[in-house]
Amino acid sequence: MNSVVSAPASVATPQAEEVVRLTDVKRRFGATPALDGVSLTVRKGEILGIIGRSGAGKSTLIRCLNGLEQADSGEIHIEGRNITGLTEKDLQPLRRRIGMIFQHFNLLSAKTVEENVALPLKIEGLGKAERLKRAAELLDLVGLSDKAKAYPSSLSGGQKQRVGIARALAARPALLLSDEATSALDPETTRSILALLKGINQKLGLTILLITHEMEVVRSVADRVAVIDAGRIVEEGQVWSVFADPQAPITQRLLSGIRPQLPEHISARLSPVSGDEQILSIDMAGPAAQGALFADLSQALPQSFRLVHGGIDHIQDQPVARFFIAVPARDASLPEKVQTFLKARGARVEVLGYDANHA
Amino acid sequence: MTPIMLELLVRSLWETILMTGASGIISLVAGLPLGLALVATARGGIAENPWLNSVLGAIVNGFRSVPFIILLVALIPVTRLIVGTALGTWAAIVPLAIAATPYYARIAEVSLREVDRGLIDAVRAMGGNRWTIIREVLVPEAMPGIVAGFTVTLVTLVGASAMAGAIGAGGLGDLAIRYGYQRFETTVMIAVVIVLIVLVCGIQWLGDRLVARLDHK
Repeated sequence: MNSVVSAPASVATPQAEEVVRLTDVKRRFGATPALDGVSLTVRKGEILGIIGRSGAGKSTLIRCLNGLEQADSGEIHIEGRNITGLTEKDLQPLRRRIGMIFQHFNLLSAKTVEENVALPLKIEGLGKAERLKRAAELLDLVGLSDKAKAYPSSLSGGQKQRVGIARALAARPALLLSDEATSALDPETTRSILALLKGINQKLGLTILLITHEMEVVRSVADRVAVIDAGRIVEEGQVWSVFADPQAPITQRLLSGIRPQLPEHISARLSPVSGDEQILSIDMAGPAAQGALFADLSQALPQSFRLVHGGIDHIQDQPVARFFIAVPARDASLPEKVQTFLKARGARVEVLGYDANHA
Repeated sequence: MTPIMLELLVRSLWETILMTGASGIISLVAGLPLGLALVATARGGIAENPWLNSVLGAIVNGFRSVPFIILLVALIPVTRLIVGTALGTWAAIVPLAIAATPYYARIAEVSLREVDRGLIDAVRAMGGNRWTIIREVLVPEAMPGIVAGFTVTLVTLVGASAMAGAIGAGGLGDLAIRYGYQRFETTVMIAVVIVLIVLVCGIQWLGDRLVARLDHK
């Protein structure tokens, strides 16, 4: 997958220890399969984003990882241990190795912030003084030390999720599951929560698996992304390379909101066969996108193109470029030459059509 | 009102408080676990058991459908077994408690069922077992409703205890019937009604205050 772009040194090395391994996991509710043969690995220290539309099976998937939901078949290994078929009682000690945060925070309203954060430690059997000490450390980590004695109802959504994160980290888990943790938050709060998660991932080396329906979330924090549709993983890879060259139609649709698209009024009037200008899309990513492409093109072939739309995004420190250009098409050889030049520079070029209306 | 009547009024008030309080506490101690059992064994509950759930439900419904005055008489053998006599204030506590327990269990059940499932998931995800869920989630989260429901139960018991006069239990209701109604002593009737209003308002006020203190939603 994503063979056009060459992969740079990956964030998590391939031989890194696996925290989660799923093999052909299936789960159906009545006649509808929620998970239809999912195989997936999460490596130690990475942030894996699983994205899909609602109903794609991502919630079921994440809930299978800590046994809140049981798989019908397949194997789920957590830190090398097969958890499929374990009883509720056997799952309990294992769940203490896995923290979880939720879309609606799920804080206990009858407990103060510090009691909420300390609850996993109470379950673990720690003494009260120790629990509160650890809770204070965690509240400091998430920047809410002054709210220790407050009740969750007095907090904003972002603060509630910070408490949720502190609580999920209390028992020093090996894995953090994030179930749409930012979906109920406004964009600014979302950014601050994602920055917190990224910071925790880097500071503590914590492995994070997050599910979301927002590409923006994956874009800003994930190292790798897996796209789930109708209970199957349809695409998987480094975030920047999937963004640069999405293969599955569902990935392209999910990305359409955040990748540059040819403006509607132009795409509407394109003719598939002929016109004054040929409209091309250019996709480049990674090292290939770092050169002075357009300067070189105009030097090699003067007057050969006009920029229509596009831009360069930076994902995981990799440039991901997508441009639309218009090439004069009266002389049929010019578009040919432009395409040859671009392809030689490592770009993916697609002819979208011809624009007749432009003078 | 004569000093003797006043003394009678005070004694009746005490009998009402005793009957209401004792049967109320029993219904709380027995009804809350019963309510928990109804929620836990229900479909999707933390100890799902449809068979046990329907049995418990049927028992609760059975007791709740019998009019209290009938229960009062029908339970006489049980009362005699427990208290040693079928007459008097203490004897009335048995049928009152038996009637109030399923009543309160249903009220508690409603509050417990309304606890957000997400909270149960969160504690399960932490590795909590059923007892943790009951202790840390279900009961504390439903506490305002549990207390409000207990207030309602107590007020209902004040009313029901009036019927206990039928088995010589005394109490304010009995006083109102025997003196206010049968002997046409309107002053007694009015005094009893006023005392009952104050008693019920007091219970409600205390309950509301406690709920306000417990509710952090």
